[in-house]
Amino acid sequence: MSEWWTYSLSDFLLFSARTYRRLFELYNVDIWPAQSVALALGCILLALMWRPRAGQGRYVSVILMVGWIWVAWAFHWRHFVTINWAATYFAYVFAFEALLLFVFGIVLDELTFEPRSVAHRVGFALLLFAVFVQPLIAPLTGRGWLQAEVFGVTPDPTVVATLGVVLASGRRARWRLGILPFMWCALSGAVLWTLDAPVDAVVLPIAAILVLVVARIARAPAS
Amino acid sequence: MPVAGRDHRDYRVNLPGLVGSGRDGPKIQLPVPERHCGVNETSLPWNAFCRKGLEREVGRWRIRLSDDAGGRMSTKHARKASDPMISGDSRKGSGALAPVPLRRQALSALAALGASAALWPSTVFAQNRPFITRPIPSTGESLPVIGLGSWITFNVGNDRVARDSCTEVMRNFFDAGGRMIDSSPMYGSSQDVIGYGLQKLGKPQRAFSADKVWISSGSAGRSQIEKSRQRWGVSRFDLVAVHNLLSWQEHLPTLLAMKAAGDIRYVGVTTSEGRRHQEIEEIMRRQPLDFVQVSYSAVERDVEARILPLARDRGIAVVVNRPFREGTLIRAVKRQPLPDWAREADCANWAEFLLKFIVSHPAVVCAIPATTSVEHVRENMGACLGRLPDEPMRRRMAAHVEQF
Repeated sequence: MSEWWTYSLSDFLLFSARTYRRLFELYNVDIWPAQSVALALGCILLALMWRPRAGQGRYVSVILMVGWIWVAWAFHWRHFVTINWAATYFAYVFAFEALLLFVFGIVLDELTFEPRSVAHRVGFALLLFAVFVQPLIAPLTGRGWLQAEVFGVTPDPTVVATLGVVLASGRRARWRLGILPFMWCALSGAVLWTLDAPVDAVVLPIAAILVLVVARIARAPAS
Repeated sequence: MPVAGRDHRDYRVNLPGLVGSGRDGPKIQLPVPERHCGVNETSLPWNAFCRKGLEREVGRWRIRLSDDAGGRMSTKHARKASDPMISGDSRKGSGALAPVPLRRQALSALAALGASAALWPSTVFAQNRPFITRPIPSTGESLPVIGLGSWITFNVGNDRVARDSCTEVMRNFFDAGGRMIDSSPMYGSSQDVIGYGLQKLGKPQRAFSADKVWISSGSAGRSQIEKSRQRWGVSRFDLVAVHNLLSWQEHLPTLLAMKAAGDIRYVGVTTSEGRRHQEIEEIMRRQPLDFVQVSYSAVERDVEARILPLARDRGIAVVVNRPFREGTLIRAVKRQPLPDWAREADCANWAEFLLKFIVSHPAVVCAIPATTSVEHVRENMGACLGRLPDEPMRRRMAAHVEQF
């Protein structure tokens, strides 16, 4: 086809902003009380990241892996797909990231952290943001609690939390585990921008840029 | 009790505030229309208002029709005001009118409905404007010039509230005389939502189902169409088109074979936003198409140069998608007041203005605006009524909109 340049993202958008928001409402009602479990796991993740301990990288990887698998299955495969046939492919991508976390985080134990480094501090701040601030964006912008996006059960906070963890970890893990979250940041930001949701649209791209900049500045040594 | 005749059925007229209306009220005899009757361009959409229990404003009165026989009016037919088959009897009701001051109003309303029943379509309906249809060139079957699109708007997934809202849009669309609903397997859950709506509305026989085939593999086209048919819940599609010319070389033979076998009624191809016009022209010249679907609006008139004239020459019906340019066009013009001269083409609002510009082109059979709003679908269907702009007026409309 010679006219691909004439297409814009809106040509591929299949749903309205209202339908997308309603999806979160219906999803949150459907999976309740999974959000409580996810929030508890988020708190455990923060505690694990706070100070070094034996098996830290593996425990962190397990929690993130559970989140990515859940989002792949419950959000993309079962719910998002009802308004977006491409969600099937998103489910595969999220499942693949979970596989990467299993291989590099659990089997090879490649997630190691330096608690006093700048990268770790910024990564921890991103994790805090994902667990406690992102769920508040919906109610604070007038959309109500039912549309809250919670770490571990919805894509965007799970991606931001993962970016925080990989920023805090060594350079090798960043590349291996960070590529797909970066891609999701670009995609989600573009979709939300097209849906005329500028506040939501900038969150993930800013998080991704922050991670890139801090990783560049910190130049953390390879683990 | 009035007895339904072979060709007629008795209807009672309820006049709120009028003693003697309702079960004992005046009755009016209307013809039971046949399926697939042609609808001419000067006919009125009284069929749209004959649904059981439907109400309409008539001057200071609200008129409610009730179906004595308890059956559904499933009509595609509209009658002229002078149709001799329409007759009425107001004697029962006129003998038991409400006290003054309602009496005078009741009498005039009854006069309109009973004694002067021959005038009833033009008298009863609030909008005394002819209903505009266009023939499909390949068969002569008439379609109302406004249809209903479903891209984005009907893709609401499993949201029951939103599905019911879409059903209301469909109900109002059919009530206003609409027929063509357009969808595609590319539109997410839109096909399911249309199927849900059709089921809830009792599968209106007037619906003209237009869907598409959208898959790279030519051999998978037939099975995709069958899946789409099941999602709509229809016995067969009226029209199936190749979506955005995707693998059209493989799909068109399949569609033509399905048409020959009676599995579908019409065949077409679609494109949007001015893409691949050269290729679509070639297909129009070489293939026996019934329909072609393109984007066209007052500010996007590329198709006027070649596609629309070619469609006329080849006897291909043109369906116009994205008439409001995904809402950006109508949002832009709505910031401005509707010009007074728009009333010369019976345009009461901007939706009618933009749609009448499109459907007044002689090659266009139907425009398919999409909406989630009952108010908007009513506005859109207003473009099926009244006069259409002539060529000088069309040029003026386009020039006016281009300013914004």
